[in-house]
Amino acid sequence: MRKTLPRAALGPLFALATAAHAAVMKPPVAPPSVPFTKATVIAGAQFFADHCSACHAVSNLRYKRMGADLGLTKAMIKKSFMKPGGANYLKGMRPAMTQAQAKKWLGLPPPNLSHMARALGPRFLYTYLTSFYWDPKRPSGWNNHVFPNVAMPYILAPWGGIYTKNGKLLVPGRESPAVFDRHVADVVAFLRYASDPSVFERRAIGRYVIGAFVLLSILAYLLKKDYWRDVHDKEADSHSQKSATIKPARKG
Amino acid sequence: MSKVIDWFNARFPAREMMREHMTEYYAPKNFNILYYTGSLLLLMIALQLLSGFFLMAHYVPTSQDAYNSVQGIMYDTKWGWLVRYMHVDGVSLIFILLYLHMGRGLLYGSYRNPRELLWVIGYLIYVLMMGEAFFGYILPFGNLSYWAGQVITSIIHAVPIIGPGLTTLARGGPGVGTATLERFLALHTVLWFLILAACIGLHILALHKVGSNNPDGIEIKDRKGADGTPLDGIPFHPYYTVKDIFGVGVFLTLFAAIIFYAPTMHGVFLERTTFFRANPMVSLPDVTPPWYLAPYYAMLRAVPNKYEGIVLMALAVVLPFFMPWLDRCKVRSSRYRPVYRFMILLMAVTFFTLAYVGEQPPLPKYFLIERLGAAIYIGFYLLLPIISRFEPTRPVPERVRS
Repeated sequence: MRKTLPRAALGPLFALATAAHAAVMKPPVAPPSVPFTKATVIAGAQFFADHCSACHAVSNLRYKRMGADLGLTKAMIKKSFMKPGGANYLKGMRPAMTQAQAKKWLGLPPPNLSHMARALGPRFLYTYLTSFYWDPKRPSGWNNHVFPNVAMPYILAPWGGIYTKNGKLLVPGRESPAVFDRHVADVVAFLRYASDPSVFERRAIGRYVIGAFVLLSILAYLLKKDYWRDVHDKEADSHSQKSATIKPARKG
Repeated sequence: MSKVIDWFNARFPAREMMREHMTEYYAPKNFNILYYTGSLLLLMIALQLLSGFFLMAHYVPTSQDAYNSVQGIMYDTKWGWLVRYMHVDGVSLIFILLYLHMGRGLLYGSYRNPRELLWVIGYLIYVLMMGEAFFGYILPFGNLSYWAGQVITSIIHAVPIIGPGLTTLARGGPGVGTATLERFLALHTVLWFLILAACIGLHILALHKVGSNNPDGIEIKDRKGADGTPLDGIPFHPYYTVKDIFGVGVFLTLFAAIIFYAPTMHGVFLERTTFFRANPMVSLPDVTPPWYLAPYYAMLRAVPNKYEGIVLMALAVVLPFFMPWLDRCKVRSSRYRPVYRFMILLMAVTFFTLAYVGEQPPLPKYFLIERLGAAIYIGFYLLLPIISRFEPTRPVPERVRS
């Protein structure tokens, strides 16, 4: 445990990278398949805007872009997602907390989550968000199985409940485990979208692009077959009459 | 219309070039699927130039803004994601095509007399391509870019006497930073790319001088008809142009499927650690190269001593240049050389096993595989002159089989 002290001092990235590595080696919670549709992303974005964006920025994702990708109007975005004061529709998702406040209250500024799902993978994020446990030795009172000595307090506890390190339920949450798991999966789906906002656009266009190339391939194949007919005819000739009387390959 | 064309042809050898390189360039008629790779590579280089142009229009080569400018392309630029995925996935596809293209040359003996220079120029293109890929790899300045830049430039440090000076020159300073990004961008997009493009031109000119080999390894020019054209040859245009258009269609279908549905290819084409900003204070647990360079990295790791490892890696890169002179067999194609054919297959398996191992964290369990792989790789080239002199061969047919 003493060894983890300098690691915490080195900042969240190193610890996250190491934690991701550890998670690959031995996943403690079997991650479920994370549903990924516009509906789950919107549900996740809602939860994120209500709770996570108190501390976390998604600075690369502009509110306007989010509205366009998810099919939401400016009014809907303003009402449901632009919670922190001073949020600008044309700019990235910002946290309610300032960096100075975060440093004072939590010790470390919470990371920008724009690329987190791409960097760590949605499966890891899900496991991370469901692997917190009560640890009275930590200043925040929280610890995590896949991210030892994490600085983030477990804000999901009111929904998911409080567990000990051994998995004993101390205080039940207000949601059943099944409902809670789905909510976490929604948040992960939102983060996945936020790290790769072209995903819905890509999927919508992709089938037409592939269709066009398949069509091109079929036409090109028919053209090739037609052109190569005389090569194959010549071959048949040469087998019956020997090579002496072969027609020149090029006309004219 | 024809008057205009005549006027033009009297002043520029368009008609002659068309004849020499297309309509009267005779190619063997028995090309198989591996022969699509050449034209597909040309297409991919052109696409990289196109997508690279648009990327460069939005890229800022400073350590402060490089990462954000690339993310700006991904988040804020119209079609920016398409251009970047084309460029990133294009690299992996180019290397897949290159390995198939070179593997074909090895299989059918396309490096043999009179095609030695063709092979040497082609292999030089591959080596230049590794450099081109490396420069491009650093530019997005994610944390992997930063550390890969540090590690690879520190390899130069091992050069005796001038090593430390060369490392500083390559980085533009004591560490990887803005000066590194600026010079790597200049190399990636101007000087290195132009040399690469020139070599591709030389490769095609050399090919059209000696003519294409074929899966049977028979010289089609040895058997000509009454009109002086090869009996087993067909004009490149229209036969292979229409065939290659079909290949392009199938290839672009696959390319589109990757770009639109799996652009990071599960972290193989676009690694996860590139999504952290470059940070000199945060070292990565293991810096692994992209998959197409991983075999060399695995060989570097096979030797515990840094200098010996670098010598082994350099040897692995340089040895294939000598392939035309290492092979002493009278027969070209592996179709009629069972022992050589087995050696090529073993080599392919070894190379891609090393690629896999090179991507893994440096664990003791991979050490034996790395050493064995390096031994097979080097052994292939060292033993080839002896084996190829005495190996049994099957009778070679007089005309190509179709």
